[in-house]
Formats: sequence, C-alpha cells, structure tokens
Amino acid sequence: MRADRPVAPSANRALKLGVIGTAAGVFSGLFGVGGGSVIVPLLVLWLGYGPREATGTSLAAIVFIAAFAAATQGAYGNVHVLDALLVGVPAVGGVLLGTWLQQRMATRSISLLFAAVLVASAVELLVR
Amino acid sequence: MIAAIAIGVCAGVVAGLLGVGGGVLFVPGLVIFLGLGQHQAEATSLLAIIPVAIVGTYKQDGYGNVRRHDALLMGLLSIAGAAAGVALANALSGTVLRVGFAALMVLVALQLVRKALDDPESADSPRREVSRENRPTRDDSA
Repeated sequence: MRADRPVAPSANRALKLGVIGTAAGVFSGLFGVGGGSVIVPLLVLWLGYGPREATGTSLAAIVFIAAFAAATQGAYGNVHVLDALLVGVPAVGGVLLGTWLQQRMATRSISLLFAAVLVASAVELLVR
Repeated sequence: MIAAIAIGVCAGVVAGLLGVGGGVLFVPGLVIFLGLGQHQAEATSLLAIIPVAIVGTYKQDGYGNVRRHDALLMGLLSIAGAAAGVALANALSGTVLRVGFAALMVLVALQLVRKALDDPESADSPRREVSRENRPTRDDSA
C-alpha cells in the first residue's frame, strides 16, 4: 500500500488521511501521546509525503489532538498545569531550534532519526 | 527542576525535528524528575504539547511544509479516534495493546529505513543540492 506518486487520486487520498487521523487519535487515546509517531510515517509511506512536509503537517494535526485530549484529561483533574509549563515553555524554545535544524538536514537523516525514535518509543511502551 | 527544564528543551528539539508532540520525552521526564504518576504524566504531557505544536506548526508553515487541508482533516477525525481509543483502552488488556503497538512501531521503523535508503536523493541536504546535481538517479517506480 505504498504511494509512490506524490499526489494520489483525491478520494483515495482523503480516505487514507481519514484512516491516518483516526489511527492517530486511537493511539493518542490509548497511550496518552500526541499521535505524531503514527502520522509522520504513514504520510511518508502511504501518501508519498517528503519527511519535512510530513513532520510540518503532523504538528498541525497534533494541535487538534492534544487540545481535545488535554481538555478531556483536564476535566478529570489529571493535568498538572504548573508541571506542564515547566517542561512546555522550555520546549517551545527547543521546537524553534528543532525546526530550524530540520531545514538544514538531509531528508534521509530525518527518516533514520525518526525510525530510531520509533524504536525507542516501542521500548518505552513495553517497559512502562 | 533543572533536569525537567532540560528535558523540556530536548523534547522541543525532537518535536521540531521529527514532527511529534514531544510526549515521548515529556512523559518519562514528568515521571522521573517531577514525580508524577504515569497517568498524570500522560495527561500533563498533552497540555505541554499544545504550545510546542502551535509554534512548530507556525515555523514549518513559514517554510512551506504544512499542508493545511490534510492537517485539518486528520486533526478533526483524530478526535473521534481518540474517543474510540479511550473506550478501547478500557475494554482490552493493556499488555496485549502495548506489545501489539510496540511490534507495529518497530515494523514501521524498518519500512521507513528501507524507503530512506532506497532513495538516493534523500541523502542530499538542501544546502548541498548544487554540488550533487549531476548524480545519476535510480528509477524507483517499482
């Protein structure tokens, strides 16, 4: 099911995007993560996205997922706002550096690094 | 606290580089350095992800890397998916789910590596394109 052309036919494309979005949401609901580890590889492998477009578009989709999920968890009283700020504010500085750096990397390096983080995430999932 | 800030910066860099929210580092960071339980850490991580994803999207959009309609479609459908995920989490065995997803992630990682190594142009960094202009390219339409 790999898309080798950059632009797939539009109905097929919308269907795949729907599947990716739903899968990312399920993953997020199950394991409390943003879903980027689902979205990025599927955009690359199914829809022929370049790694830079996949990561940029993934971040935009994550805004929706995280906002919805954080609101739901907040209603249950599970969110520690000060702790979120303590890690989240420095992370905003980090994301500026990360996006800047990414534009200067070979796309192969981005993919290989992503694969490494996926394997690390799999290990984390097993040991938690 | 310094460690928590440092892990925040690292999570942001990973988010910018790889287009993930940063939860993969936020969650263990919140557990280890700020003493939250796993469940609270996951919930708190989701809030921390929001500003990271917004700023990252804004920067990537400036580079022309955001396909807005695709993101909107995935984002809206993922909300339905998330509700289903929460229901599934309550209905199924946690261990089976985690082992299943971990195996799936390793398979996807292998596919990504194969695709990256199959594409000779992917080794070119944007700044070095000119010097490699005349390299032969392989037909990868198979």
